[in-house]
Amino acid sequence: MSDIRSVHTHCPYCALQCGTRLTVERSGVAVSPSDFPTNRGGLCQKGWTAPALLETPERLRHPLVRGTDGELTPVSWGVALQTVATGLQRIAGESGPEATAVFGGGGLTNEKAYLLGKFARVALGTSQIDYNGRFCMSAAASAGTAAFGLDRGLPFPVTDLARAGTILLAGANPAETMPPLMQHLTRAELIVIDPRRTATAEAAALHLQPAPGTDLALALGLLHIAVTEGRYQADYVHERTTGFDTAWTRAVSWWPERAEHVTGVPVAAQRQAVRMLAESERSYVLTGRGAEQHSTGADTVGGFINLALALGLPGIEGSGYGCLTGQGNGQGGREHGQKADQLPGYRLITDPATREHVADVWGVLPGTLPGPGRSASELLAALGTEGGPRALLVFGSNPVLSAPDSAAIAERLADLDLLVVADFVPSETARMADVVLPVTQWAEEEGTLTNLEGRLLRRRRLLTPPKHARSDLHVLQGLATRLGQPAGRFPTSPREVFDELRRASAGGAADYSGISYERLDAGEALHWPCPAPTVPDTAESDTAGMVAHPGTPRLFLDGFAHPDGRARFQEVEHRGPAETTDTRFPLWATTGRLPAQYQTGAQTRRVPDLTEAAPEAFVQVHPDTAQRCGLDEGLFARISSARSSAVARVYLDSSLRTDTVFLPFHFPDGARANLLTQPARDPRSGMPEFKVSAVRLEAVPEVSA
Amino acid sequence: MNDLVIVGHGPGAHRLIDQLLRQGYAGRITVLDAESRPTYNRMLLTSVLEGNLGTESLTLPRHPDAVRVWQGVTVTGIDRHRRLVRTDTGQEHRYDTLVLATGARPHLPEVPGLHDSEGFLVENVTPLRTLDDGAHLARLAESSGRITVLGGGVLGVETATALNARGLAVTLVHAGKHLMDRRLDPAAGRMLAEALSGRGIGVRLSGHPREYRPGALTLDDGQEVAAEAVAVCTGVLPETTLARQAGLAVHRGVVVDDQLRTTDERIHALGDCAEHDGLPTESSGAGRCQADVLAQVLSGASPEAHYPGTRNITRLKACGIDLVTLGPAEELNSGDDAEAVTLSDPARGRYARLSLHNDRIAAAVVLGLPTAVATMSQLHSAGRPVPADRLAALLGTTPARHTGSGELPDSAVLCRCNNVTRKALATAFGDGARDVPALARATRATTGCGSCTDTIRRLCRSLADTIPEQEDAA
Repeated sequence: MSDIRSVHTHCPYCALQCGTRLTVERSGVAVSPSDFPTNRGGLCQKGWTAPALLETPERLRHPLVRGTDGELTPVSWGVALQTVATGLQRIAGESGPEATAVFGGGGLTNEKAYLLGKFARVALGTSQIDYNGRFCMSAAASAGTAAFGLDRGLPFPVTDLARAGTILLAGANPAETMPPLMQHLTRAELIVIDPRRTATAEAAALHLQPAPGTDLALALGLLHIAVTEGRYQADYVHERTTGFDTAWTRAVSWWPERAEHVTGVPVAAQRQAVRMLAESERSYVLTGRGAEQHSTGADTVGGFINLALALGLPGIEGSGYGCLTGQGNGQGGREHGQKADQLPGYRLITDPATREHVADVWGVLPGTLPGPGRSASELLAALGTEGGPRALLVFGSNPVLSAPDSAAIAERLADLDLLVVADFVPSETARMADVVLPVTQWAEEEGTLTNLEGRLLRRRRLLTPPKHARSDLHVLQGLATRLGQPAGRFPTSPREVFDELRRASAGGAADYSGISYERLDAGEALHWPCPAPTVPDTAESDTAGMVAHPGTPRLFLDGFAHPDGRARFQEVEHRGPAETTDTRFPLWATTGRLPAQYQTGAQTRRVPDLTEAAPEAFVQVHPDTAQRCGLDEGLFARISSARSSAVARVYLDSSLRTDTVFLPFHFPDGARANLLTQPARDPRSGMPEFKVSAVRLEAVPEVSA
Repeated sequence: MNDLVIVGHGPGAHRLIDQLLRQGYAGRITVLDAESRPTYNRMLLTSVLEGNLGTESLTLPRHPDAVRVWQGVTVTGIDRHRRLVRTDTGQEHRYDTLVLATGARPHLPEVPGLHDSEGFLVENVTPLRTLDDGAHLARLAESSGRITVLGGGVLGVETATALNARGLAVTLVHAGKHLMDRRLDPAAGRMLAEALSGRGIGVRLSGHPREYRPGALTLDDGQEVAAEAVAVCTGVLPETTLARQAGLAVHRGVVVDDQLRTTDERIHALGDCAEHDGLPTESSGAGRCQADVLAQVLSGASPEAHYPGTRNITRLKACGIDLVTLGPAEELNSGDDAEAVTLSDPARGRYARLSLHNDRIAAAVVLGLPTAVATMSQLHSAGRPVPADRLAALLGTTPARHTGSGELPDSAVLCRCNNVTRKALATAFGDGARDVPALARATRATTGCGSCTDTIRRLCRSLADTIPEQEDAA
């Protein structure tokens, strides 16, 4: 056999996309970290154990269709695809194309994300497409676009952080969620804003521990101090920004003592944070999900961007604002049309010029493209309701665990006439499906991803997929042709899809047109935008005179992406969480991630080493709080919110605030943390309020027995 | 259409309008404001005195044009029968709902020489209530280079520290035996005075002014305090004249119920002019809270909303002095049924006194303990219990994550990123992995974030120490 024995590729999990080398050995696939700039030879336990996924005994090996007996039964691909196509056609025929919907994921390659968006708009003709990135990047994306005219998680290479003097991490916990990133943060003094004393907080020079849901008040307070202590960079603000005065009319009322009262962060610590940021030679402000996953998420990020702008950080080499993207392709996934309001190239679906351009690439009339649809949690909440979608196709996502108020979401999914899930393991959502389509996974396929710094990366194939698995691209073509589309409109070769994506993105914010597999394979470090070279009018017809665009590692150095080149301050005001604690639900619950699990755990809970490291759900409780609720280490607690209840084992942790408990969200069934979370959404971005729910705790004696 | 008329446009009224609009209030809103400048935040006057903010930067956001704001217009009377208010400019404004947000005015002591024959304060003497007062005081301070602050309550202490921070010579004259004596116990008051003296502020206690003449303030004991300029910070009085004339119930402030309603159901009052449950509104936080409740009631967003009263929390705004008082001061010594926690460290200027009932704060003073100031304020504000480890909570010490010290247990995870225990490392070491790179190859420890590298190196050394013995024994 002349099978490939070894490839350079990237980890299948988070947005750091650590470089790895995979080798086929006698004992199976071995992984070793490569000296890639983002991970510099580092890898966390998830990355080291990722090959176990390739051999998981729970791999879906056959297409499944739910039979009349209610059981999922293996069928041929032909039968499965025809079942889906017939169902979609019937539902569209009865209720119109808007009754069919698509839910994508931030882990899909650029090629899949792009083709999925095209499939929804062209093959289904529906506006109802969104993705789990709403739960992840949407708040920072809205705020970043408003401030800078363009959203790219980090508008500078990760490696720039290694030279920083001070880094403010607002609601980010990379030491546990993205460990190799910490190698770039060793020189800087860290300021960590987190209600919990996380591993990152422990590594920080200064830990600000606000009450859950008060991050924006803290951001406003820090801006207030920056101005009253004269740290404000008047020349920068004058020359490179607009809107400071309006933003200030809100921050003026957030004097440090008031911010202290609302957040619980001592005035002295607030002043120290501003001093550290202002006095350091190179400072960065970075946000993570802790600041973003709120019903005020976009405003909260706006508050931190305002602070960065007042201190004169963005758009200067060696300083800036950025957001630490979560999912593997959280960046690329939001740029190519999975989002309800966007078309490829990170452009608004409502923009006539964009519609014309994309329709031309797709070979359809602009008028046939639908308008903007519902955002993720709106979409999920509408499923199976009057006027809502009756059919849903899920690719690369597990909303039964990841969506807020998940008991209600499970009911919505159950009310669908047709639920189709494409996955390679039987996720909790797949188990509810009417049709399950087994797809390929990372080391079995080619493609590209865009990492947290906007750099394009190649995912490479090492293994031949199992016999019955098909790539998502094949699945989309198979469905599209059954829905009457020409096969050529839905190519199955990743390279071919990428070449089409390049054309579709040309001229957009995230312009990939100058990027090719050849350039990436040659080892070029290409950050978007990277437009194709244009032929000068006077040039000869050959391409010798054209210089390839080098990509854009650092954005905004010459100006921000608004027409006037200026960044915008945002007028933001603290509103607090959508619900408050009371005598029935006196505690705050906040949710987050563990080092050994990824997202809903659909993959990582099937890796034995990871299951051993993080075997089960738990609720972290301060010992005082536990005692008051009659709980103790190792016993089970029922955690209840106004929505529903979850049961989890109690872990005591005296570093927690006494008013706050913490639950990881990776675990299924009755321990789903999202049983507790609220349906409240950020009006600007659609981000749900994952980080704050009012709850109470009770002992569950029968479970502990 | 419902006509809402609001008298006064301080931060409380401003917040009310902001919240009403956010909740989609559909009625017409008219504001009659006696001041002739856009609304500003009074709480920041001391920042202006410090010299950190220009007066113009205190301005609060402008309301949308649909809100009609009349500036420089004083309401002279309320006709409850015809439901209208009259102004000094001869206007009449009809209302369906009227909100009194008339605020408070400075209380000025009866000291001979302080007022002229027409009852106005003499030159070089000013209260600190309005933006004009603040600007006037800043000018006075600049021109004389020194200033006397009369009154050692919260505003007096804040004003003295702000002017001191500006670089002026400041003397603080207070009639009480210790500073902020309405809120602090003597020990805290003494330490506060020491903190001020340490900055070069002259503090004169038990100082009852007998007479003022330009340049000097004579006290009861005959001593004289140089006083080219005087800031009078001797408290405020709720501005209740209109309510009184209109026949509404007025005690110290305009009496309101839990929905901020006066004795006329069409008239509400909020902020410094109002009195709820026998207590005048004393903080801007209480005023904001009242505005939020009233907005919910008037907008219909939550017609049953009620104002629960605001816990008494006084946080000093003085850069570098962390001081908060919680609850009524008299509760600080409330006898045997309370748990009293006292921490006194005069040498470092740290002091705390907590009076606890059922683990909750009945009253407290915390000074010089920045973390405890924040923590205790939040716990009191939410009515939550104080942590069982009172001392750790007061000192703001970070609890250790791992209990026990000395030898790490075998199960201790030394590399978090790769979940490598001490036992796994010791085993690998025993199998021949004798340095960090070899242990990394064998166990993956240090290959994540790298922060455990030093720990692993130390472990290597300590394991190496045990090796010869084992090998000898073997």
